[in-house]
Amino acid sequence: MRITADTNRCVGAGQCVLTAPQVFDQDDDGLVTLLLADPGAGEEATVRLAAGLCPSGAVTVHED
Amino acid sequence: MTQAEPQVVDFPLRRPGAPFPPPGYAGYRGRQGLVLSRLPNGDRVWLVTRHEDVRAVLTDPRISSNPEHPGFPNVGESLGVPKQDQIPGWFVGLDSPEHDRFRKALIPEFTVRRVRAMRPAIERTVDERLDAMLAAGDSADLVADFALPVPSLVISALLGVPPADRDFFESRTRTLVAIRASTDQQRDAAAKDLLRYISRLVAIKQKWPADDLVSRLLAAGTIAPHELSGVLMLLLIAGHETTANNIALGVVTLLENPEWIGDDRAVEETLRFHSVADLVSLRVAVEDVEISGQLVRAGEGIVPLVAAANHDDNSFECPHMFDPSRSARHHVAFGYGVHQCLGQNLVRVEMEIAYRKLFERIPTLALAVPAEGLSFKHDGVVHGLHALPVRW
Ligand code: HEM
Ligand code: SF4
Repeated sequence: MRITADTNRCVGAGQCVLTAPQVFDQDDDGLVTLLLADPGAGEEATVRLAAGLCPSGAVTVHED
Repeated sequence: MTQAEPQVVDFPLRRPGAPFPPPGYAGYRGRQGLVLSRLPNGDRVWLVTRHEDVRAVLTDPRISSNPEHPGFPNVGESLGVPKQDQIPGWFVGLDSPEHDRFRKALIPEFTVRRVRAMRPAIERTVDERLDAMLAAGDSADLVADFALPVPSLVISALLGVPPADRDFFESRTRTLVAIRASTDQQRDAAAKDLLRYISRLVAIKQKWPADDLVSRLLAAGTIAPHELSGVLMLLLIAGHETTANNIALGVVTLLENPEWIGDDRAVEETLRFHSVADLVSLRVAVEDVEISGQLVRAGEGIVPLVAAANHDDNSFECPHMFDPSRSARHHVAFGYGVHQCLGQNLVRVEMEIAYRKLFERIPTLALAVPAEGLSFKHDGVVHGLHALPVRW
């Protein structure tokens, strides 16, 4: 599983950070930034949840 | 697609109090497509009630938040609430890309980390209100004495309002949200007072910048000073009554379900369960768009009902049950899409501290009237209680 986060779409709601703080963070501008682009198997469920909760579609999970 | 003349329902429905939302919503969710409704002023709007459909509407670029488009639902006025003036900087009423300039400038102020740093100040505010309540006797109106002042004091601290002015600020915001106790003129005067005060605050921070939100926004320069007043008014209004009503309704629910007192998961569940901002996310189609098989024409108003969506049993198991152990984070109590509540992380922290301290410091807290006797805001855009008499 690979994740990408699009700062142009991000509206800084922070849903991702609340859900998976070990994977997502907010930078000084409040925009999403990835701490891990390739999360381990243990994180997959929370990462999927975070992507689903993001209100602006900024987080994409790639199944490759 | 065959389209018979749809059945028109009258809206808004009277909220029966607890349990909210109106039972009629369940019937609406079961219908095909959308529900055509008639507002008291005669306007027709489409109601959206299923969770999936509400999310779709709130992320569709052909659907606008701008009240200047003809056909925009005028739910507020139909409930007797004066229409919010279109002041510059009122970005919840703007669409992308105009909206995004404001939102981008503000999000650094509301990150999860920044809000955590505000914890000690919020704890102090909550403690001070509880000190005052306890000093005054063994009963109180939890709406007037706690739920309304706490968010107002938190926002004024956030905006950099000097402590000496916070009571002024609080009294004017209280007038603004009191549907019964104040007249239209009083509300108008309070709004003008606040706007004047805020413009002065901006002028002061221009001259003497400090380490606060207004000074930082001025320094960043992407929002003009005359727009900044509108932005600050929006923060104040969007974050006051919503938070207050949610705190008060949540206290009632916790008193009825005491096994959840002290469990922080109750915060997210009270947001879903009460969905106080049911009539807040209003929209209008600016192009023809099909939602759930229903053609909505450009210029037709749309009301996504977040309380209906948050009680959709396709998305939440036994939605009428108050169950903080469920995973409720996909609720739409804060809306969805680019306008999703900017203050949501602040709200979560504020509510968590408010509930924790209230029940820790007043463990014998109880309703002073039977729950059936509570008076609900049937007439407000934001659902809530007029008063919450408690004793200890
Ligand atoms: C329980 C409390 C709250 C609830 C239920 C709530 C609910 C909402 C909802 C539903 C929206 C979306 C409106 C739309 O889609 O048109 C919204 C937007 C907004 N909220 Fe909140 N809100 C709460 C508290 C706050 C607080 C404390 C603040 C700030 C201090 C705040 C600031 C805002 C702002 C600025 C917007 C507009 C965001 C934008 O257009 O990008 N809210 N809120
Ligand atoms: S949830 Fe989405 S919009 Fe919110 S901070 Fe994360 S990426 Fe940005």
